Amino acid sequence: MTTTLDFAELTELTRTDKYVQYELFFGPNFPGMHGNFGYILDVAGSTITGVRANPGLLHRGFEKLMEQKLWLQNLSLIPRICVVDPDPNEVAYCTAIERIMGLEIPERAKYIRTITLEMSRLASYLMGMGALGAMMGLYTAMYRMISDRDTLLDLFEWLTGARIYHIYNMPGGVRRDIPEGWTERLLQTLDALESNIPEWDRLVFENPIVIKRLTGIGPLSADEAVGMGIVGPNLRATGFKADVRIDDPYAAYPYLEIERPDAGGGGDALARAVQIRLEYEATIRLIRQAVRQLPGGDYRLKLGNPLRMIVPKGDAYARVESSKGEFGYYVVSDGGVKPYRVSVRGPSLPAGLYLCNKHLPGMLIDDVAIWMASLAVCPPDFDK
Amino acid sequence: MKKSLFSPLATWKNFAKVPVTIQYPKEDLDVFDKPGASPSYRGLHTNDLAKCVGCGTCEDICPTNAIRMVPGPNEGPGKKGVIPEIDYGRCCFCGFCVDVCTSGSLSMSRDYIQTAAHPLDKIGEAELREIKRVFTVAPNGEHGENPGHSTDDEESWLDLERIEMEEIPTSERVESFMEVVRGFSREQAHKEASRCVECELCVDTCPAHMEIPKYIKAIWQDDLKQAVEIMYHTNPLPGICGRVCTHKCETVCSMSLRGEPVAIRWLKRYAVDNLPEEEYRKVIAQEIVRKEQKVAVVGSGPSGLAAAYYLSLAGYQVTIFEALSKAGGMMRVGVPKYRLPDSAISRDIDHIVSLGAEIRLNTRVGRDVSLGELHEQFDAVYISTGLHLGRPLGFDAEKLSHVRQSIDLLREFRLTGEMPTAERVAIIGGGNVAMDIARTMARLQKSRYGKVHVVLASLETRDIMPADEEEIIESGEEGVEIHPGWGPADIQTDGDRVTGIEFKRCIQVFDEEKRFSPRFDEDDRIKFEVDMVVESVGQASDMSYIDKELIEKIEMTPRRQVKVSDEGQTSLPWLFAGGDIVHGPDAITAIADGHAAARGIEAYLNGGH
Repeated sequence: MTTTLDFAELTELTRTDKYVQYELFFGPNFPGMHGNFGYILDVAGSTITGVRANPGLLHRGFEKLMEQKLWLQNLSLIPRICVVDPDPNEVAYCTAIERIMGLEIPERAKYIRTITLEMSRLASYLMGMGALGAMMGLYTAMYRMISDRDTLLDLFEWLTGARIYHIYNMPGGVRRDIPEGWTERLLQTLDALESNIPEWDRLVFENPIVIKRLTGIGPLSADEAVGMGIVGPNLRATGFKADVRIDDPYAAYPYLEIERPDAGGGGDALARAVQIRLEYEATIRLIRQAVRQLPGGDYRLKLGNPLRMIVPKGDAYARVESSKGEFGYYVVSDGGVKPYRVSVRGPSLPAGLYLCNKHLPGMLIDDVAIWMASLAVCPPDFDK
Repeated sequence: MKKSLFSPLATWKNFAKVPVTIQYPKEDLDVFDKPGASPSYRGLHTNDLAKCVGCGTCEDICPTNAIRMVPGPNEGPGKKGVIPEIDYGRCCFCGFCVDVCTSGSLSMSRDYIQTAAHPLDKIGEAELREIKRVFTVAPNGEHGENPGHSTDDEESWLDLERIEMEEIPTSERVESFMEVVRGFSREQAHKEASRCVECELCVDTCPAHMEIPKYIKAIWQDDLKQAVEIMYHTNPLPGICGRVCTHKCETVCSMSLRGEPVAIRWLKRYAVDNLPEEEYRKVIAQEIVRKEQKVAVVGSGPSGLAAAYYLSLAGYQVTIFEALSKAGGMMRVGVPKYRLPDSAISRDIDHIVSLGAEIRLNTRVGRDVSLGELHEQFDAVYISTGLHLGRPLGFDAEKLSHVRQSIDLLREFRLTGEMPTAERVAIIGGGNVAMDIARTMARLQKSRYGKVHVVLASLETRDIMPADEEEIIESGEEGVEIHPGWGPADIQTDGDRVTGIEFKRCIQVFDEEKRFSPRFDEDDRIKFEVDMVVESVGQASDMSYIDKELIEKIEMTPRRQVKVSDEGQTSLPWLFAGGDIVHGPDAITAIADGHAAARGIEAYLNGGH
């Protein structure tokens, strides 16, 4: 017997309000999810009607663990808070300690820190732009950009001894001086990265499919973004010019001219993507500038026996403009060999935990991963 | 974007490009000088076992507790016989262990592949061993040929430079007998104490096994009371040792492997000098259960005083017999004031006496009371009479009043404040005592004649001169003319007067078997016109105070030193001996002897043996 399709019934089915409401765990197993985090979505059809953020799957007790370890031992732990962009963590922690101790680190150390921070930004943007493509099924972008990112990791490996967890900064400066031939290699790499930009434009940023999918996703106004605590490129994409490197300069940024690329201030996912793309280009120019001005001299102040390093009683908050925005470390010392308290302010925490309640309802399931990628939501920022 | 019919063909331009992926292990990453990881890669560890001293600083800094110290082949003086073992299941490859390595033995390589030869599901005994070999490794020279992350002195995290000790300027120094070394301030002591990595190599090397890292830590924590308390566990003369100890501890300090050793001696001095007296008394005052038994100690030098302190603590009634008019032995009459002022000696002795020991000054055993009588009056006797005789070289001129032994002059000067000197003086000898007399002479000449004229000649060349380096340098600074590598040939006289001294070139001090066997070039000579000659080539003990019938019963070593057990007991069970007469001249060894003898005497009096 053959079954005849009742077209009237099918037409009815395409109306989402006829679907039964169900709950979807958009968690770590979901291909589009960034890391060990989850949203519990109330869904009707493929439209989201409600959302609850479900952090805690990644909880690594970092902040508590830091209270148990010596000041310098913590350096091996800190970059792990953000795998993709680890250096801002190191620099923020070290800067906070230096502020409590009242130290002025050598100029060369400041520049080396700046160069590594900006390299880390490039590596992170490449990952971010690639991931944005991947979230739309455009895996070519991911593969190609990861291969570009690898050339930066080679440089990190040469400078610091490791590709991801550099553990390169320490209170007083950096662990090693720049090896001979490294800066030349860096400039070559920057040229190579720059020459690939037109291809990324064709592949992603001028791609009509990408433009269509990104337009209108997660719109943010400047007021709304500031009220929410959104920072970094996401905030700048709304037209609000905020940049810790300019507003509260650290490392060698006071001596550098920092560009403020303008993506038009649209505030949606497309504006954020273009903002990152423009900043990527500006960052390459900024590194060149820093390398040109790189002074000689010491790369570190010696702070004595690491087993007996004491930070005087006091507290300090240090912030660093990471690829996702302001990464802050609030460090409290009771005058001992270990921190009394370290509190980390992750840049994507407001977006990942709170903004989702506003943006996700009404959105299709397919767009959740794109929304996360466009805001660079990084679960380690809130599970630390 | 330009729209073109050919757009779909854009990817074809990559067709002829070299792939970015590599077929490992057939090919390896080829972006650095050598294929593979970068030249500073933090890969598997390698440890130069010939250099590793087993200090354990790597274990202390390891943030993941991946390192533990296990028995290793690095035994011997200045080494602990342990090496680091790394659990790669815990290691995070941060490389901190390398950056704090005191000896520079530990580094990392460019190797990073950890593989076992067998899959985990087929585990047998051999496979388990294989897995353990891969994951729990005590690094040796393996991977050393493929160096990665390493540390030079500049990159090291350790504090390799010591805090400079302030001294009286050279020009002022020679004007008086004021103490040369000024001592640390609170900030300096705190900074210097913070350099210690607590490896405890010093504890093993110190003859008295002082708990050095513990008291340094207490000084770092600003708890001087606790620091002094710890010192008294093993050494009741910390004020004296804080100034003139031979500091064997500092020669093995693991910080000295790449930099300067921790100033252990000056830190000890700082704690003792800066603890207020009333706090100090609280450290000394202890509950003592008094006993009836009595112990005699002959000689109030460091060994006798140490024995007296620990015997008093154990409750015995101790009487110290001292032949001279002042207590302290060689510390008082051998070491000049500018190195060890009277106040420091007296303070240490006062604290010991406060526990109840009695010191009988001007009481020479053998003259005022015999050893036999002591045996009758006391339950045990400890002899530590030191090396107070000089060793004459055998020249005829030695009978003259201006040819003297350094040890006699120093004693005379310390007891009376006077000693013979002359406008031009020659000193024979290159040890610390020779430097002491040379510098004392220089000061006297400066005050009496307005200028220094002291010539010092030693058999040993400059590199093997037995005196401490700083003593040699400071003597030179104070105007002493040092001539290493010369032996005395003749002392010229005119009647009762010394007119000059002649030296011949010494071409060998020790033979191949390291025995003292000097040889000279008789033709190569130098001559100095001097009015006085001081010999300072060694010290000897005077055992003539022991009764004839007793001395025959005391067993001696082939080198004519009293033979004793580990706890100082001689062949006569009631008689214990220690200090310089047993182990040769060294204050801290003498203190260790005194402590050991106190334990031996306690065991003996408790009926042990």
